[in-house]
Amino acid sequence: MTPSAPVALPPASVEGEPRGALAACAAFARHSAAILAVEVRKMLRDPTDLFTRAVQPLLWLLVFGQVFTRTRAIPTGPLSYIEFMAPGVLAQSVLFTAIFYGIGVIWERDLGVVHKLLASPASRTSLVFGKAMAAGIRTVSQAVIIVLLAVIMGVRVRFDPMSLIGVVCAVMLGGALFSTFSLVIACIVKTRDRFMGIGQLLTMPLFFASNAIYPLEMMPRWLRAVAQYNPLTYLVEALRALMVQGGASSAGLPADFAVLMLVFIAFVLLAARLFPGLVR
Amino acid sequence: MRATTSVTTDAPVVRTIALTRRFGSLLAVDALDLTIAAGTIFGLLGSNGAGKTTVIRMLTTLLPPTSGTAEVAGYDIVRDAARVRRHIGYVPQLLSADGALTGYENLLLSARLYDVPRAEQKPRITEALAFMGLDAAAHTLVRTYSGGMVRRLEVAQATLHHPTVLFLDEPTIGLDPIARRAVWERLKQSRQQFAMTMLITTHDMEEAEVLCDSLAIMHSGRIAALGTPAALKGQLGPHATLDDVFVKAAGGSIDQGGGYRDTVRTRSTTARLG
Repeated sequence: MTPSAPVALPPASVEGEPRGALAACAAFARHSAAILAVEVRKMLRDPTDLFTRAVQPLLWLLVFGQVFTRTRAIPTGPLSYIEFMAPGVLAQSVLFTAIFYGIGVIWERDLGVVHKLLASPASRTSLVFGKAMAAGIRTVSQAVIIVLLAVIMGVRVRFDPMSLIGVVCAVMLGGALFSTFSLVIACIVKTRDRFMGIGQLLTMPLFFASNAIYPLEMMPRWLRAVAQYNPLTYLVEALRALMVQGGASSAGLPADFAVLMLVFIAFVLLAARLFPGLVR
Repeated sequence: MRATTSVTTDAPVVRTIALTRRFGSLLAVDALDLTIAAGTIFGLLGSNGAGKTTVIRMLTTLLPPTSGTAEVAGYDIVRDAARVRRHIGYVPQLLSADGALTGYENLLLSARLYDVPRAEQKPRITEALAFMGLDAAAHTLVRTYSGGMVRRLEVAQATLHHPTVLFLDEPTIGLDPIARRAVWERLKQSRQQFAMTMLITTHDMEEAEVLCDSLAIMHSGRIAALGTPAALKGQLGPHATLDDVFVKAAGGSIDQGGGYRDTVRTRSTTARLG
């Protein structure tokens, strides 16, 4: 111990510290990739979850879809009702898979894993982004299952490579977006019990206030206004245009992707700000 | 290993300046002034709720101070938090190793997050596994490890990037005596090998005596006693033990500190390590 006033400390070397914008971007990519690799490995080690999550959309398509196809009560333009709703059910499945992502992060916080991540030099944004990408990849399994099911049920699916790649991109972006939203909620509520409550509370309104199972034109005015601010609507629109022959997006695909991308970036920045609060 | 830092300088590697943290009306850390010389193993003692963990969480930049500040490895924990994180290692009281990954994968994650150069990642991990006696278990899932193995893995994770300062929050809580000794041995050897400074919180007097060069006993957010284990005991008389020192400094009253949350956390850590 030094009882007298200590002299100024010699700063430790800055070895390994990224310098300049390019190096900072490279560090961001490396750290995100490290998180992504770990998450994907864990997912592959225990994939049961990916299959159980496919049951619910299966019921929506088989039961709800078939019944409403018969009633012909919903005007869906050139598409049959099942063709109209298949992309909606895929979007819903993306939402439901992603929205509970935050509970895993709360669990990691309770274990101490989050403390370790936050005390590392990796930027908070890269940690959040890596987790979001992993959640995006997770939802691709849903896309595979639902597209195959849709084919079996007679939906005229677009099979050209560009469309399929487009579906995968849209699904990943949607999964990343809603999982980051979920992370934001996790950082605010902080406990698993409260999170379950909020998660349940949010999913149905997000689903029903979108054009997943009925067109915007059918909605009362107020609901249509809400739906237009719902990111899920843009995911559904994009998937409808990309997945089904004769399907189209009213705003256009670039606009849909732009909206999803902007909302995603906003959530990543917000989550990166709130993430450290999870361990305070 | 790294030869640029010498162990013997007296320059402080950690210096807190009126470091203060409030939680609502509770003053958890009260204007703490503390300096830790390079190369020492410094023990922060105190009952539950004395403020030890809060100090560590501030020094590792996980928790911003309410007022005051601190320098770690020459960088300010508030203004230069990202640089501080680059130069420290941290073993939280909670289990930070991921049970769903293998020991090797846990180490690889740390190596990548701490920017260990790619070419050095594998050799350093192999070396760390051997050093911690974990080479045989390198490719099994951490959830099958014993408590002592998990702690040794966590120390390996926290030292892979050769930090200037290593923070350990109750490193041997919940471990059996043999596992505790193994952890102490590795910590002492790591200090030798990497010329590290360590800050350890504990309320285990044996740990403080065996491991630490210097001790500070905290009570209600302040330092109640400070010195080497021998000097602290010497002040009380020839036959005094560290327990006596602790009881005197910490006020000795039974119903102080250690709220419900603290107890839940300690017990769940213990349960998982056991």
